Amino acid sequence: MPQLAYHAPGTIDEAVRLLLASPEARPLAGGTDLIVQMRSGRIAPSAIIDLKKIAGMTGVRRIAEGFAIGAATPCTALKEDAALLAAWPGVVEAANLIGSVQVRNRATIAGNLCNASPAADSVPALVAAGATCVIAGPDGEREVPVGQLPVAPGRSTLGPGEFVVEIRLPPRPRRGGDAYLRSIPRTEMDIAVVGAGTALVLDADGSCTAARIAVGAVAPTVLLVEAAGAALVGTRLDEDALATMAEAVRAACRPIDDKRGPAAYRTAMAGVLARRVVKIAAQRTEITR
Amino acid sequence: MNAPQPQHAFRVVGTRPVRPDGVDKVTGKAIYGPDFVAPGMLYGAILRSPHAHARIRSIGTSKASALPGVKAVATGRDFPTIESLVMTVGESASDIVHVARNCLALDKVLYEGHAVAAVAATSQAAADAAIQAITVDYDVLPHVLGLEEAMREGAPLLHDDVFTKGVSPKPDKPSNASMKVVIERGDIDAALAGAAAVASGRYTMEPVHQGYIEPHGCVASWNADGQAQIWCSSQGAFAVRSQVASMLGIAQADLRVTPLEIGGGFGGKTAVYLEPVAMLLSRKAGRPVRLVMSRGDVFRATGPAPGAVIDVRLGADADGKLVGADIEFKYHGGAYPGLNAHSGVICSIGHYNVPNARLIGWEVLGNRPASKAYRAPGAPQVNFAVESAMDEIALQLGIDPIELRLRNAVRPGDPQPTGVPFGAIGYVECLEAAKAHRHWSAPLGPNQGRGLAGGFWGNYGGPSTAQVSITEDGSVTVTTGSPDIGGSRASMAMMAAETLQVPYEQVRVTIADTAAIGFSMVTGGSRVTFATGKAVIAAASQVVDTLKARAARIWGVEPGEVAWTDGEAVCSSGAKAGERMTLRQVAARAAHAGGPISAEAALNAAGWLPGFAVHICDVEADAETGHVRVLRYTAVQDVGRAIHPDYVEGQIQGGAVQGIGWALNETYVYNADGRLDNPGFLDYRMPVASDLPMIEAVMVEVPNPDHPYGVKGVGEVPIVPPLAAVANAVARAAGVRLRDLPLSPDRVYAALNAR
Amino acid sequence: MNYPAMNKLVISATVNGDAESFLCDPGTTLLDALRTELGLTGTKEGCGSGDCGACTVMLDGAMVCSCLVLAAEAEGMAIHTIEGVAEGGALHPVQAKFLELGALQCGFCTPGFIVAAKALLERHPDPSETEIRYWLAGNLCRCTGYDKIIRAVIEAGAELRQERKAPELGTQDRQRLVSDPSDSTDRGALATIEDAALSDAAFEGEAAAAKVVGNEPHPTEIEP
Repeated sequence: MPQLAYHAPGTIDEAVRLLLASPEARPLAGGTDLIVQMRSGRIAPSAIIDLKKIAGMTGVRRIAEGFAIGAATPCTALKEDAALLAAWPGVVEAANLIGSVQVRNRATIAGNLCNASPAADSVPALVAAGATCVIAGPDGEREVPVGQLPVAPGRSTLGPGEFVVEIRLPPRPRRGGDAYLRSIPRTEMDIAVVGAGTALVLDADGSCTAARIAVGAVAPTVLLVEAAGAALVGTRLDEDALATMAEAVRAACRPIDDKRGPAAYRTAMAGVLARRVVKIAAQRTEITR
Repeated sequence: MNAPQPQHAFRVVGTRPVRPDGVDKVTGKAIYGPDFVAPGMLYGAILRSPHAHARIRSIGTSKASALPGVKAVATGRDFPTIESLVMTVGESASDIVHVARNCLALDKVLYEGHAVAAVAATSQAAADAAIQAITVDYDVLPHVLGLEEAMREGAPLLHDDVFTKGVSPKPDKPSNASMKVVIERGDIDAALAGAAAVASGRYTMEPVHQGYIEPHGCVASWNADGQAQIWCSSQGAFAVRSQVASMLGIAQADLRVTPLEIGGGFGGKTAVYLEPVAMLLSRKAGRPVRLVMSRGDVFRATGPAPGAVIDVRLGADADGKLVGADIEFKYHGGAYPGLNAHSGVICSIGHYNVPNARLIGWEVLGNRPASKAYRAPGAPQVNFAVESAMDEIALQLGIDPIELRLRNAVRPGDPQPTGVPFGAIGYVECLEAAKAHRHWSAPLGPNQGRGLAGGFWGNYGGPSTAQVSITEDGSVTVTTGSPDIGGSRASMAMMAAETLQVPYEQVRVTIADTAAIGFSMVTGGSRVTFATGKAVIAAASQVVDTLKARAARIWGVEPGEVAWTDGEAVCSSGAKAGERMTLRQVAARAAHAGGPISAEAALNAAGWLPGFAVHICDVEADAETGHVRVLRYTAVQDVGRAIHPDYVEGQIQGGAVQGIGWALNETYVYNADGRLDNPGFLDYRMPVASDLPMIEAVMVEVPNPDHPYGVKGVGEVPIVPPLAAVANAVARAAGVRLRDLPLSPDRVYAALNAR
Repeated sequence: MNYPAMNKLVISATVNGDAESFLCDPGTTLLDALRTELGLTGTKEGCGSGDCGACTVMLDGAMVCSCLVLAAEAEGMAIHTIEGVAEGGALHPVQAKFLELGALQCGFCTPGFIVAAKALLERHPDPSETEIRYWLAGNLCRCTGYDKIIRAVIEAGAELRQERKAPELGTQDRQRLVSDPSDSTDRGALATIEDAALSDAAFEGEAAAAKVVGNEPHPTEIEP
């Protein structure tokens, strides 16, 4: 039987040391995935390293490059940060689709990312927004695009002793807009059958100058579909452009059949949701002009 | 419809007082199955099969037994040898040998999650660790899940001693088809050949779970002298007593079962799973043992309602009069026989007059948990097919769906499926109320559709015991043995108060243990307010007689000269004419004027009447995604008379929503290895609050003349119509008829795109 | 979680206003600690995975599933459970309305609903029906179909606003209870909350009280 230990270090260095000391140690932020996995027997960590006592790990900060969201910041706190909500409503909404209010009062977007589920709601929105994550480890800190962290369901590029300390979002571009939608059978409490996020920028005439489309639950990791974004750039998001974009999204999908939905449905919905998020994001560019 | 009945006809019946157990339940004080603690209690854990079907070669328990804190280990070998005995519990009948094998497997495991061994230890952590140390050597066998696959020649056979019941001559080969029920009348083939409209189709669904939020839990304590106690949440402490006593070979009087508060059951807590195992562990350890299921255990190992394959041909003449029904359904029995296929046959077209019919029901075993009762067990599945076919006939003939049903609805005096004439039933009144309801004529928007379905459930009466006592200060205690699963303490108190003509608050109700009150059948079959209510009223009536006699004795007059009026004794003639004595005054002197005042009624309640319901559902379908949203829902039901209308409405609303969940999202999903893929509330998708509109409950009161206050059972029929009501609404909103439940977005989308 | 008893932690926290200390294993959830170590069995376990809300408690003012919090994480924090909702002998208006409107049947999910509903009304004194439904989406009830629960929360909100001497709340307030399309907050679920057609159905509920009544029962003998 494993000997479980609980630690609540006060510094990042101490946390790194504790994680390095025990290969089966797991960092704990919100715990809404970790504790469920422990209970189900899927994982049996030797130690739990609670990150919440580390200064700066909880809360949203304004930084020169935009926003820094501490790894232990619960999803509901994102909604309460008016500037973040105004800048990245799609990201904040995506984070606030996870589970219930009870779950979102604990769950974090860093945890959502590190859990490396292809169906994670916040990840397509973060990828579309061009978010990065700052990773602390034995060799200090490194910053990578969030899309580079998960590599397969349940697996990430985090090395020994490494953990995510914060997620960074750029400032909102002028005339930028973002959005995220997911398809679930119920209205709440489900894991996404498909999710789609976008962040785009229009010029003063309504022509698209930049667009990123990311889809979830249609491949082993969240996909950034560059061809889909490219299909919108230079257009006024007319019907033809949307159709080309949706086709590119569908072409990129390689989903599986599982208990949550059949592959064909997932592919079809990825296209539908991508169209819908682009329309919502485009409306939001007007609001923030 | 008649004019509304004046309220003054009753003092208490029909009012909405606060339930007597309410404060305990809103403050967290109420003790449910997993909450009970006995002094010196050990914590139990159960090892369950990872395989859908396997022979157990051996079970190694020595390592587990040696772990620190472990006080007992039990396997199926610890059960005594017992003789086959079919016990009827609520709505299903099971062989007690099968019940024991289901509690702990003996030679074979028959489904993933089948209990194999159990441990009791000084902490939950120690018990959980110990079951991991048990080694089981399995010989994995091929498994079978599908109904028609299981009936095929050469299919993996679950039992070599189960032969198809209901077939004569008795088959000479064992079969997974454990039961066949047939009802035939008239000439079905000729009738359908001559019909103006025929709706035919195959309807399917996988099992669904009752979904009570409280997992099963119990504490058992078996002493060296052979006497034992069990504290558990169940729909019937007496059923726990009889099953456990039979399985363990002890006298029922040696086993005292105390009902704890029950956190939902819906039929699923009429079965025993943990209690016999906790008993075995307690006997070995010499201490009380608690066993509680995880949610995963509940999904994997406790009774779901059967999935089904249903073939229907329904025919009507040009006026919409039904001429024939040809129905054959196969229901999952799961690992052991015990489901009653009879109710599905009876309920299939029980609400219509159909001259020619061939109704065939099968129970088919497979490597799944044994099916158990779930609210109107067996009725919703076949009703889905029949009421969908009714909708198709309405569309084919261009007849309004309510009008079509009115032309065929059973009325008092019409023959029941068993041939006995119906009593004072209210299906027609329900249909008329639905027609008159503004929901039925409200406008619909684009992509919206309105579905309607009717439903029938037989209800039940049966044995119950109740005691009514007057305390020295004139307050009243009522004691029954019927677990209160949804507010029945209130209705018992109300009926007692009505009979005694005293205020509701003067009456308090206790649900007693099996040693403190005589037998009552389980809380199920929509029987408690009817049957246990009859016992309460009978006992209260005896108490009234006693009160009158005591007053007569105190006054020195003949008992016939005393009336009971407004909760007081009134002397009606003689020298004391006009004198009054309050209940409190009689009570204060009773003990020394004839003895304490208490009465018990033990009866087998007859005269129950079936339940009828008509549901109207509006949905909106998103044609791009296949998502269906229920916009508006109205459930009309003949409730006899509502004793406590809040809790009657609650039954209607709760049943409707369970049915909506069944229609839209709920389903068991097994993988290729026969393992349940969605054993939790995340992926077994029960409706959440944001999925639903308000559910309007319309109570139609056609009182039951065979109950003093007109009661009919109300709990079960509300789950019968929703499956078809939702599906019919989807058919009309989206223009596609789906015959496979659930109507998940991907299926609706696929159907829309297949047009 | 399959960890044998070992180096126990001593946790100190405020529980329903009282300072408490208890022992627990590092892997013990707050739910198990409350139920087993502190005997507070009003907080229920329905799933152990955050999907049913029966274990809802307040942790430093935020409602959480106590099955998804380690007891060790609660060190130094303020925990409020169902046992602390009624003050002294007086029920909280949410509790009182649940009783008055019959918003519980088996009662097992009730503690979680009451803690969650109280948290909602403290944050949003005047939520719409739709807001209530989404706020409570993490609390499963299998008995009631939610109808009476939603009504009880609506009425408890109205009562709390009265208590706070809020502006007059009359019929307008009742009407606000009806799902308002303007409540839509652009949720990500596809089945969005904009569906306006709720409006006619909701709170015709009064019609539910208008019974359709048929024949009188015949007086019959009571069975022996």
